[in-house]
Amino acid sequence: MSREDALAGFGRSADQVTPLLDVRHLHHRFMLPDRRRLCRRGRRLQALDDVTLTLQRGDALCVVGESGSGKSTLARAIMGLLAVREGEIRYDGERIDQLSARRRLPYRRRMQMIFQDPHASLNPRLTLRQTLEEPLHVHFPTWSRSDVTARARSLMQDVGLNPDWGERYAHELSGGQRQRVAIARALSVDPEFIVADEPVSALDLSVQAQVLNLLLATQVERRLTYLFITHDLAVVEHFATRVAVMYRGTLCEVADADTLFATPRHPYTQALLESRPRFDDAHAARHGLRGEPMADSAVRHGCVFRDRCPYAMTRCERETPVAHTLTDGRRIACHAVEEARI
Amino acid sequence: MALLEVDNLDVRFPLRHGEIQAVRDLSFTLERGERLGIVGESGAGKSVLGFSLVNLLAAPGRIIGGSIRFEGRELIGLPEHRWRHLRGRRIAMIFQDPRATLNPVLTIGAQMIETVRAHRRLGGRSARAMVLRTLEQVRIDDPESRLAQYPHELSGGLCQRVVIAIALLLDPDIIVADEPTTSLDVTIQADIVNLLLTLCQQRSISLILISHDLGVVNQLTHRLMIMYAGAIVEQGPTRQLLNDPQHPYTQALINALPEMTPPRQPLQQLPGAMPSLSAVPTGCAFHPRCPYRLDALGQPRQVCIDTPPDFTDVADTQVACHVVRELIATTQDSMPFDEETT
Repeated sequence: MSREDALAGFGRSADQVTPLLDVRHLHHRFMLPDRRRLCRRGRRLQALDDVTLTLQRGDALCVVGESGSGKSTLARAIMGLLAVREGEIRYDGERIDQLSARRRLPYRRRMQMIFQDPHASLNPRLTLRQTLEEPLHVHFPTWSRSDVTARARSLMQDVGLNPDWGERYAHELSGGQRQRVAIARALSVDPEFIVADEPVSALDLSVQAQVLNLLLATQVERRLTYLFITHDLAVVEHFATRVAVMYRGTLCEVADADTLFATPRHPYTQALLESRPRFDDAHAARHGLRGEPMADSAVRHGCVFRDRCPYAMTRCERETPVAHTLTDGRRIACHAVEEARI
Repeated sequence: MALLEVDNLDVRFPLRHGEIQAVRDLSFTLERGERLGIVGESGAGKSVLGFSLVNLLAAPGRIIGGSIRFEGRELIGLPEHRWRHLRGRRIAMIFQDPRATLNPVLTIGAQMIETVRAHRRLGGRSARAMVLRTLEQVRIDDPESRLAQYPHELSGGLCQRVVIAIALLLDPDIIVADEPTTSLDVTIQADIVNLLLTLCQQRSISLILISHDLGVVNQLTHRLMIMYAGAIVEQGPTRQLLNDPQHPYTQALINALPEMTPPRQPLQQLPGAMPSLSAVPTGCAFHPRCPYRLDALGQPRQVCIDTPPDFTDVADTQVACHVVRELIATTQDSMPFDEETT
């Protein structure tokens, strides 16, 4: 199926397509408490710095980066779990970042989230049936009780859980089964867009394969769009149609998955791909990155990656790189790439 | 004589509602300078095995049988005051979460100097010099100023370096490392793996690396043991075992890796989950999930259900599997487990 056919399937032609998600110049700062004085505000942490990103319907965008790079903050801002002060988030053409709780409700049905730790994201005092029925009561208040129950049962079947387990509690399930419940809960209200924050990181290898297969199959069956946060590059390479690489709150490089894995251009992306452990190459040399990300206070101007970057020059210290689009469609923020030094 | 010899080790946790068999009849040896990987999913008993080796089993866990000999000396039943001379000095341990390992209310310097002076009769100044030397060896910049810092002031990667430095302080013969890189970012992880490798090689330290990450294990170890439900199912040279796995569980584990399937195709998943160690299946513990549990006529293989398998030699690896043994016996060929048998 060509791209045009795929778009036609959603009832619009290629030239007038609105991205499903359109994030523009998003900034977010956290105020950290002062170490020495209880009531005084301390330093600021720039969690998101001018993040611009679009997602088309049917994409599976993977966001990668190390801990503290702002991946989860981005997800929470998109889902409205965080107040956005600077920047815009549009969903299907509409601004959603400043909506009141009531106006936000329809979007909460269309956008759902799966969290990393299924032990923490399921209410321990609800049975599985209650967990799955609660969102239905909120979003479909006109449904009859039997409709709701039938829907909960069919959801459990869809995600590979025994539908007779409705009266069980989360603590009676294994990690993989719990993550299936979390997926079923996200799917219960028939969303178009799912944000999954490290959904397989807490799972064992064999269980991880089961859950990834379930996520892939549901994407095809229900024509879902995913924003998938992970730090596992093997998972990214398998799952993503597009990849966004984050470092210290900025987007370094956004590209189609094939392009990015074949020819990483941003020095951080290159370092990330090189540092992957490989199990098929015996003792393959792995190059880690020396050092740690620099202290927040040091980053006022310039590129946040410059202290660990092999291509850093004086310009990288003075001037913050602005993302530009290359001919192969990737967006990249790097002076060295711009100057054709990489 | 091997440096460490473990024979028929049995570790159990008697609980009110039954007994957990965490390690079942497990034997292995470790030579001086050898690096051994122990791989398994969570609940396989790898960490309990690690804790047993340094006599840090939490109650009610108890070693109920077998022997652990270090340089020919029996360690099981050794009184705690004798263990204090051994643990840390001869056999050191690195735990998964570096922040949980370090004492949060002591400075790095205080806890490192304490470790040195618990084992060596050294004055404050020479102990301090020794600590500084070790911190330099794990490539910590500016060790002098780190001594005055508390663990919360350091990043995760730095904390893990400090933990490695503490393990190295007394020049141990064996380091038992339980998931030393799991909580770290991939770029930092590569760096820590390289560091561990260099240090073990330089000082011919034997390493027991407990991990679920086949990439890390491949990079660091000579020999590999695969654990399932408290027992070893396959052991052999790392390279050979990963390239040509014999046991159905090892095969399934490797096949489930996202790298083994083209992007966006369903992963080869292993149905079910690791059994609870309080209800280990009879016979071969893997038989309920094994793809070869039925014979050519579609009948369950009775021997897999009834008898725990012994090890069969296949080239340099030992495999605990009835099907592999039968195949070797019938074909007299050293190519067991071809695709034809499926």
